[in-house]
Amino acid sequence: MSDHKTMTLTLIVWRQKNASDAGKFETYTAKNITDHHSFLEMLDCVNEDLIHAGKTPIVFDHDCREGICGMCSQVINGAPHGGQDRTTVCQLHMRKFKDGDTIYIEPWRARAFPIISDLIVDRSALDKIIQAGGYTSCHTGGVADGNAILIPKPVADEAMDAAECVGCGACVAGCPNGSAMLFTGAKVSQLAILPQGKGEASARVKNMTDTMTECGFGNCSNHYECMAACPKGINVKFIARMNREFIKALVV
Amino acid sequence: MILDGKCPTGPIEQTWDKHRFDLKLVNPANKRKYSVIVVGTGLAGGAAAASLGELGYNVQAFCYQDSPRRAHSIAAQGGINAAKNYPNDGDSIYRLFYDTIKGGDFRAREADVWRLAQVSNNIIDQCVAQGVPFGRDYAGYLDNRSFGGAQVSRTFFARGQTGQQLLLGAYSALSRQIKLGSVKMYDRREMLDLVVVDGVARGITVRNLVTGEIESYAADAVCLATGGYVNVFYLSTNAMGCSVTANWKAHKKGAYFANPCYTQIHPTCIPQAGDYQSKLTLMSESLRNDGRVWVPKKKEDCGKHPAEIAEDDRDYYLERKYPSYGNLAPRDIASRAAKEQCDDGRGVGPGGRGVYLDFADSIKRLGEDTIRERYGNLFEMYEKITDENGYKRPMRMYPAPHYSMGGLWVDYNLMSNIPGLFVLGEANFSVHGANRLGASALMQGLADGYFVIPYTIGGYLATVKPGQVKTDHPEFKKCEEDVTAEQNKMLGINGKKTVFEFMREVGGLMWENCGMARTKESLETNLKKIPALREEFWKNVKVTGSGSELNQQLENAGRTADFLEFSELMCKDALHRNESCGGHFRSEYQDAGEAQRDDVNFCYVGAWEYKGADKEPELHKEPLKFDNVHLAIRSYK
Amino acid sequence: MQLTSSSIGRKILMAITGQAMVLFAVVHLLGNSSIFGWLNGGINAYAVHLHSLPLPIIIGFRLALLAMVCVHIWFGIQLTIENRGGRPQQYAVKSTQKATFASENMIWTGSLLGLFLLYHLAHFTLQVISPETSALKNLVPLHNEMVPNVLGMVIAGFRNIFVSFIYAGAMVALFLHLSHGIQSFFQTMGWSCDKSQPILVKFGTLVALGLFLGYVTIPLTIFAGILKG
Repeated sequence: MSDHKTMTLTLIVWRQKNASDAGKFETYTAKNITDHHSFLEMLDCVNEDLIHAGKTPIVFDHDCREGICGMCSQVINGAPHGGQDRTTVCQLHMRKFKDGDTIYIEPWRARAFPIISDLIVDRSALDKIIQAGGYTSCHTGGVADGNAILIPKPVADEAMDAAECVGCGACVAGCPNGSAMLFTGAKVSQLAILPQGKGEASARVKNMTDTMTECGFGNCSNHYECMAACPKGINVKFIARMNREFIKALVV
Repeated sequence: MILDGKCPTGPIEQTWDKHRFDLKLVNPANKRKYSVIVVGTGLAGGAAAASLGELGYNVQAFCYQDSPRRAHSIAAQGGINAAKNYPNDGDSIYRLFYDTIKGGDFRAREADVWRLAQVSNNIIDQCVAQGVPFGRDYAGYLDNRSFGGAQVSRTFFARGQTGQQLLLGAYSALSRQIKLGSVKMYDRREMLDLVVVDGVARGITVRNLVTGEIESYAADAVCLATGGYVNVFYLSTNAMGCSVTANWKAHKKGAYFANPCYTQIHPTCIPQAGDYQSKLTLMSESLRNDGRVWVPKKKEDCGKHPAEIAEDDRDYYLERKYPSYGNLAPRDIASRAAKEQCDDGRGVGPGGRGVYLDFADSIKRLGEDTIRERYGNLFEMYEKITDENGYKRPMRMYPAPHYSMGGLWVDYNLMSNIPGLFVLGEANFSVHGANRLGASALMQGLADGYFVIPYTIGGYLATVKPGQVKTDHPEFKKCEEDVTAEQNKMLGINGKKTVFEFMREVGGLMWENCGMARTKESLETNLKKIPALREEFWKNVKVTGSGSELNQQLENAGRTADFLEFSELMCKDALHRNESCGGHFRSEYQDAGEAQRDDVNFCYVGAWEYKGADKEPELHKEPLKFDNVHLAIRSYK
Repeated sequence: MQLTSSSIGRKILMAITGQAMVLFAVVHLLGNSSIFGWLNGGINAYAVHLHSLPLPIIIGFRLALLAMVCVHIWFGIQLTIENRGGRPQQYAVKSTQKATFASENMIWTGSLLGLFLLYHLAHFTLQVISPETSALKNLVPLHNEMVPNVLGMVIAGFRNIFVSFIYAGAMVALFLHLSHGIQSFFQTMGWSCDKSQPILVKFGTLVALGLFLGYVTIPLTIFAGILKG
């Protein structure tokens, strides 16, 4: 829209050529930014200027740009995804900033997420956690009718609340301990709530949490920063649920 | 050449079962000797890789994202169709089959569509078993909603994130196979060439997007599940990384590209706000269950606040034009109707490119809480992007490119004309004809991945010896060299225009001249402008950095270069098809605004063969026969 | 062993040992409050009562407490070191949404409490800080018996501004430690849900506040001269 006034912003961005580079902050200016620019579109504009000037543009992960793929991953002024409630970076709009603001942009920082380049980190550790048990071991074909086991709406809804996780890793980035308990807890809970997943619940919680530790994630100390950082609003009750599943698995 | 889809014959109800029985099998002990490459890990690719791994094949799976969980299937909101007939409203496999054929404007193969309708029910069961939390009622039964183009409630959903939940189901099955070692996952890899040896697909060339290394992988069969190409319009609902590249490279190696002009423009997307915009966001079609679409009757009302426009001054044009389907008219029809209103000067919002989707009546009838329960996340998304509250003020919507019905040509076994090259999901052309119905893309992706390819690939592999060609074959080296040379060329130009600028330009041309409505003139304009733009690209593009590092400019440059070639083919296909059908609307061929099909001359699949850089592509036709449905004018009135 | 090696297992040990110590702190406070005279004979009588328990119970209880403390400290340090390593590099801008001063400084409030515990044991159990006021050395009559003058020792101790200050400061640390620790216990044991969690946070803070006020009242009233021998 043309009736919107534009902003000029100062960006202080983490630049790191590759995994072995030490990395440092660089300062850039974003000009002619409107309220309707998304944060990533603002970075696109900065990159276009950099390319025209013959400089290396800032690299960052992004894909769907509608808040569902979980690819985008930036810490803005210390808050993963910019700290707006239930918002990924790609859905963050510049109307949340003021003309003249200085914005710090950093990658996710956690031991389990080594930096690949600039704002891009390696999140394969999250895949490893899922590989350790984030599934039901059903075969393709040969399963019962979808209505064979009834799942009342409140139960299905509870599972869905946990299943909304997009696997972006903001919970890890926000956690002072770099812990993946919310991510792991959400998947453990989803499958423990549903009858289809109950059979493997004990093995699942042990294997997934062990893998979490092996991958270098820290431990949970109940700061609940993860819940604040989560763009899908996953509740820490799912960590409690996982703890419960863990105790059940220990006892039984 | 007349193409043969190798469809089974006989009574349609038995075709798939009979075909499955006729297919050759690979002995369980021999399966592990065969290797299969699956490119793309969306619903089709993820499901295929998991299912093939489970069967015992050696699978190598590739995706360009950092994890197989992120493919763009994840963005599908509304739901997935199946002919379960749980609501007892008269659904059946035959009705789903019929609706899909009719919805596709009679441009799809009967046998393929029947198979899709038949396996649709298995998909729901499979996903439930995987732990997909579908919406349910208080008694615990699976719930359904209605979707466009159907008069029965057959759409299963998981809140507004059905695609995400289905993909996570496939991803979890895939993760299980990765752990078991039957699937080797390669992420952050982009396929840049198909390796064909003696006319048979033998492997792929990929770029490691982190290190920049060009790598080769060989297998006994290659499955492309690489999605659609509507990013050719630059602004679309697709993810930023979606491209035609894998398909286009396969096409240049001999695979026929079928019906590229069939693109779907989704009627309900959030309108564009400015030139800097990088993508369009879709709002689920399910919103049309409870939202009413309207524009002001009078042009002078367009600038007013919608609340100030009296009920009598509103034109609920979908309800007016299509009384029996109303706001649930199929996508192509709803999109065109919206464009018509805006072209008539009665569009709302910036640039007059928008129509209202109004929930006031539903809120009055059902209460805001019910609407929030049904679509809460969509209203939130709308507010985040537009800063407007959809509960208080009608949403503004405009059509946007969303899905490509066209794709690589495949036979009934999902194998392209290149032996050993299979194409799955949106990447192939098969079941949606000229227009796809809502909630059918998820159905097709999973059908292809879980329930079709595991059988049909066996039929092919049983006829070949495993491991005949390895990556030390000279053809692999040649492909690596070709890919490297093309990259070096792009890096060496150091021109004045960025990749984005080129992409925006070609996208603009395609949207303007080959978008929701096309004419002979507009297409001919493109056929002049696109080659010129392509030429400029190869002289004036600026790609910074090097090939031996993570370089997003280089990735986008490659994709743009392919779009600059593909867009020309798309226009040629649109130009040759002198009829209007489904998503392909030629303004010259209409009957009072409705698409006018020409079944006498165009009742075929148009599959194009690549003949060389500056040579005209050759058109091959596969005639479409309709033995079970009556070719009729598609009416939703 | 899952309990001592895994991430959640060690959390559970921290939670259980911590909570056991909270229960001790509650009972300890109830006992100490006899200084205000609700028990016939006051705190001196309470001390006599405690020491009249069978020796194995006293030793067993002390050993169990010692074990709790050791486990809590051992895993507390181990987990903290691991957690510091979980994010080796901090962000340029610190922004916290949910974490609190208390939750972020558990290791420090815990360390202070550990040091305080040593001082407290030296002061009132071993009675070596100011031997001249030692209860064991200054017997007073109670119900026709000569018993150690605990009341005198406590009052003498808290008349000293530095001692009162140390105790009051330690109780601030206790408040902070428990305001995070108590609700954390319920979360770690899996006994909280989205509805109960905010209530448990308040409950934990309230209990911590109660303990703080209860404990700090003793040195305060003595130092202010309200409570006299």
